[in-house]
Amino acid sequence: MIEIENVRKSFGQLEVLKGINLTVQKGEVLTIIGGSGSGKSTLLTCINGLETIDAGRIVVDGTDVHAKATDLNKLRRKLGIVFQQFNAFPHLTVLENVMLAPVKVLGQSKAEAEAMAVKQLTHVGLGDKLSVYPSRMSGGQQQRMAIARALAMSPAYMLFDEVTSALDPQLVGEVLDTLRMLASEGMTMICVTHEMKFAREVSDRVAFFHKGVMAEIAPPEQLFGAPKDPELQTFLAATH
Amino acid sequence: MFDTALTLADLGFLAKGAAMTLAVTAVSVLAGTILGVVFGVLRNQLGTYWSLPLTFLLDIFRSVPLLIQLVLGNALQSILKLGWAPFTTSCVVLSLYTAAYCTEIVRGGISAVPTTTRRAARSLGMTWWQDMRYIVAPLATRVSLPAWIGLTLGVMKDSALVLWLGLIELLRASQILVTRLQEPLFILLICGAIYFIISFPIARLGGYLEKRWSND
Repeated sequence: MIEIENVRKSFGQLEVLKGINLTVQKGEVLTIIGGSGSGKSTLLTCINGLETIDAGRIVVDGTDVHAKATDLNKLRRKLGIVFQQFNAFPHLTVLENVMLAPVKVLGQSKAEAEAMAVKQLTHVGLGDKLSVYPSRMSGGQQQRMAIARALAMSPAYMLFDEVTSALDPQLVGEVLDTLRMLASEGMTMICVTHEMKFAREVSDRVAFFHKGVMAEIAPPEQLFGAPKDPELQTFLAATH
Repeated sequence: MFDTALTLADLGFLAKGAAMTLAVTAVSVLAGTILGVVFGVLRNQLGTYWSLPLTFLLDIFRSVPLLIQLVLGNALQSILKLGWAPFTTSCVVLSLYTAAYCTEIVRGGISAVPTTTRRAARSLGMTWWQDMRYIVAPLATRVSLPAWIGLTLGVMKDSALVLWLGLIELLRASQILVTRLQEPLFILLICGAIYFIISFPIARLGGYLEKRWSND
């Protein structure tokens, strides 16, 4: 369970998170929508401790993420994250990209890590690309590799930060299909996305962020069907 | 048709000079690179403000002509009664000179690794050290290699200045022969050829590595 309690975060004068309260249950798929600068991506990087917070707390399975005593490197094994940029390690093959962290961080044997990497890469449809370098692949393939790389750590939660935003339109589908597959397998996911159709399909709940505030949170039928917040109504009208 | 007083023994003398050039270069480039990596990482970690003293110090080594550094360095070790041999003094000064340039190369290489890539590594639970070791080091090396090869070749030629401390390296050996045999063009031709023979493999090694790494 991820508990977010009254989290505040500022970059200089700009307060990007103005007291967010949110709880994500095991097995839940939560999507976060909202305009740029609404604080949704920042929240994700706060959850895995890449960003500090100014007030409040974030607790992952009982561990306070921003407590001094917390071993962030250990905590991050639980929290897979995939970013907008593909972030492939360009000097490693696809297989090596996925194997690196399990070997170095989890201390798995090469054989063990390779078996897991092959399994995850096959799962996302890259079973035939093992020895290819990332630069030889499309953006969609690189992004699926990044997903497999995160999954190889056997995380309890997956965070997706606008993972299709940097993709050519014709490549968005393959990555969303991968996310749909994970959701159907019961993975706990928080997806920041601009893909409204996707959000409607896969989410248990959808949250709408506006200027650092979570303006509305509801199951998708309700949020998209009968939005209450006026900003959300404007936002949805603009994206349709 | 072509007559020269140059003997095999003279060629051996040149070869010994070349060996000295190689030794000074090897020690200085090795030590300078290690220092440069340490300073480069430090400068990156400390940020502009905190690394100011280090930056300033290295700027001195980059701006003052090497010849002056050598002479002052030698005077300093004499004043401090360190009792260093000219070879040691030469290597120390040349190492710091190399380190000053290498620091900038390393710093540039590290900054060239995208922050997002490093965040991805850290997100996978890698420690700062693992990120440096497995992601930043290989990527920064690829970016820095051409400049580092250039620096190494430069230091090898600049190392000729250690003749001012009395070391007989390649250029000094050639000068001695020129003075004795009065065949400047021929001897300098040989001297140049030896410099080339030493440099060429280093340059080619750089080319080879760049090509090998170009697949990714």
